[in-house]
Amino acid sequence: MTEQTVSIYRSMKDLPSTHLLGTGTPMCAGCGGLEALNQLYDIIGDKSVFVNAAGCMTLLSVYPFTPFRGSWLYTAMASAPAGAQGVRDALDILIQKQRMKADEDMQVVVLTGDGSAYGMGLSATSGAIERNLDFLYICYDNEGYGNTGQQFSAATPHGAKTATSTGSRGYPGFKKDLFAIWAAHNPAYVATVVGAEPVDLARKIEKAMSMKGPRMLIALSPCPTGWDYDPQETVTIGKLAVKTGIWPLKEYINGQLVHTKIPRERKPVEEYLKLQGRYKHLFEPQRNQQLITEIQNKVDRYWEKLGQ
Amino acid sequence: MTRKLLTGNGAAAWGARLAATDYIPAFPITPQTEIIEAISGWIDQGEMDARMVTMESEHSMITAAASAAASGIRVFSATSSQGLLYGMEMLYTVSGWRAPFVLVNVSRGLASPITLEPDHNDIMAARDSGFLQIHCSTCQEVLDSTLMAFRLAEDERIRLPVIVNMDGFYLSFTREPVELPDPKTASHFVGDYDPENIRFRASSPVSQAVAVLGGAPYSYFRYETHLAAQNGLAVYDELCREFTNLFGRDYSAIEAYQCDDADIVFVMLGSFATKARAAVDQLRKAGKKVGLLRPRLLRPFPAEMFRLLLAGKSGVAVIDQNISMGMGGVLHSELAGALYGHPHAPPQLLSFIGGLGGRDISLEELFEIADVTRNAVAMKQTPPPRLLYTEQELREMRKLQAVASVEREELNNSGGAKND
Repeated sequence: MTEQTVSIYRSMKDLPSTHLLGTGTPMCAGCGGLEALNQLYDIIGDKSVFVNAAGCMTLLSVYPFTPFRGSWLYTAMASAPAGAQGVRDALDILIQKQRMKADEDMQVVVLTGDGSAYGMGLSATSGAIERNLDFLYICYDNEGYGNTGQQFSAATPHGAKTATSTGSRGYPGFKKDLFAIWAAHNPAYVATVVGAEPVDLARKIEKAMSMKGPRMLIALSPCPTGWDYDPQETVTIGKLAVKTGIWPLKEYINGQLVHTKIPRERKPVEEYLKLQGRYKHLFEPQRNQQLITEIQNKVDRYWEKLGQ
Repeated sequence: MTRKLLTGNGAAAWGARLAATDYIPAFPITPQTEIIEAISGWIDQGEMDARMVTMESEHSMITAAASAAASGIRVFSATSSQGLLYGMEMLYTVSGWRAPFVLVNVSRGLASPITLEPDHNDIMAARDSGFLQIHCSTCQEVLDSTLMAFRLAEDERIRLPVIVNMDGFYLSFTREPVELPDPKTASHFVGDYDPENIRFRASSPVSQAVAVLGGAPYSYFRYETHLAAQNGLAVYDELCREFTNLFGRDYSAIEAYQCDDADIVFVMLGSFATKARAAVDQLRKAGKKVGLLRPRLLRPFPAEMFRLLLAGKSGVAVIDQNISMGMGGVLHSELAGALYGHPHAPPQLLSFIGGLGGRDISLEELFEIADVTRNAVAMKQTPPPRLLYTEQELREMRKLQAVASVEREELNNSGGAKND
């Protein structure tokens, strides 16, 4: 493991000023997933193969166009990590048998939404980590089956309205802790990121790129269409997710959990919730204080356990 | 050349080894497991320069196999039954990647009820997937077909994955003397893998398996795959001739046995066809002109060859070791489609279903099938499809049901379980 200890990304000024990912994709205006991918791709670079599972970002590469400067392989909803296994093993075999020069090698990157990562693809991901596959996994997490119209998924937070949880209490379940599930496999690296915190994101992908083995990133992806807000609020909502403590920015490295950006004075979760139509039922026609408090308490308990 | 006693599974593993396979994604399932155990043993002993990775499912296994093939290496894999079905989404998906590799399927009946013994419903479910299919009836044929399958898959006119099929237990676990092709000749026959433009390299990025919008580009790519599969007929004939020249064994797309002067012809797939072959011998001794056609190639379907071989025959009995619920035998329908409307097509095409879940098809049943077919020819009337089952079998089944019902009654009386 060649972990990089000093980041070249100290402030916004150090971030790449031009983007590698092409423009004109069919993603929605204000897509928080694309916001994160844009920043990640600058640092991953074009010596990469993106192995994709069914989801919104499958539509990035529609014949005959692609915004990627490197390579792309679409697989299916459940098995992108298995696709990464095949590509990685093939590249290793080609180098080992001297049928391909080492400088033709590429970073193998799995790109899936939360529907695949938290659910259908979890078995394939578990297998890939257990086999210590040298790959990078990027999950853009918009907290629902976004590409089919935002039905709830295992990533949907408690109380959120989705196309399949339209009642007055929203989604009755709780967001699955994918970070903990991935970390329990003891991969080389796991981190959470959000596009609205570019320096934190850059440092994490920089660190992941300096390592070998399974490296996993979950990018919270504010979704104007699924979460029901004005596309211009994507950055604000992303920042509030961090400042309210709802989306802890953290990493798991060398068996240690580290929080990379601790909100010292957490804003009330209400500030995050009230910007989004998916939580409108908490405030109108009358305020559902019980559910708001429930959500607040869950966040408070998370940070209190960490002594924050 | 060396002669060796090999099971069907062992023969498949030797095929992968002699083809200088680079990579084997695997997942254990009965009755296929011996194949991956053999290969894994050779890799561990340094006798085979390949890498094996055990995936967590067949769905992932097929994905990894095709992804590796799409990256430019030679890939082999094997599965069976439920495994083939678990990977079914990916069979349909990866054939469109046009990344060639070889998959051995050891046929086994499908749940429910769950069983370990063979029939062809698993492989028939892959019929429309875009994988080409070669069906084998001997262990020698399994080895030889595996070598031929790599050539077929990798041919620039085809570029599709190929399934080599054998029957579980009857072939997978039966030891037969097999001639091992000389490794140099085998490797000369199979050749080096040329990934052509299907590969990933840093200096020449590509996007594979991308989405399309609209029916026109979708249809274009689907038609291309179909036309490539159809090219398989001519390519198969070519490489068959080449194989015969090198190794002396002949494997035409349809094996015809005693057909030239036959008026009644059995049509069967796989190792159970050897039973029909034995029946033909007996019937011939009794002076009856019966023959057998055993298609080796199911995809592409050798329709024209069937038409030629069956031209002028009076009756055909298709014995399907599969059942399409609500319709009947799949091979029967396929053959009816190939023959319908052709001037020299046999007037009688009968359907029989047997051999499900390893159920034996006896010589007596084959004699009866020949009689029923001859009778249909005489009466100019096609009987409805027949599901083979003997009175003895039904009696045994009734006994099992009786035991089951007595046991339940016992439980109910003793208060151990309520069934209300």
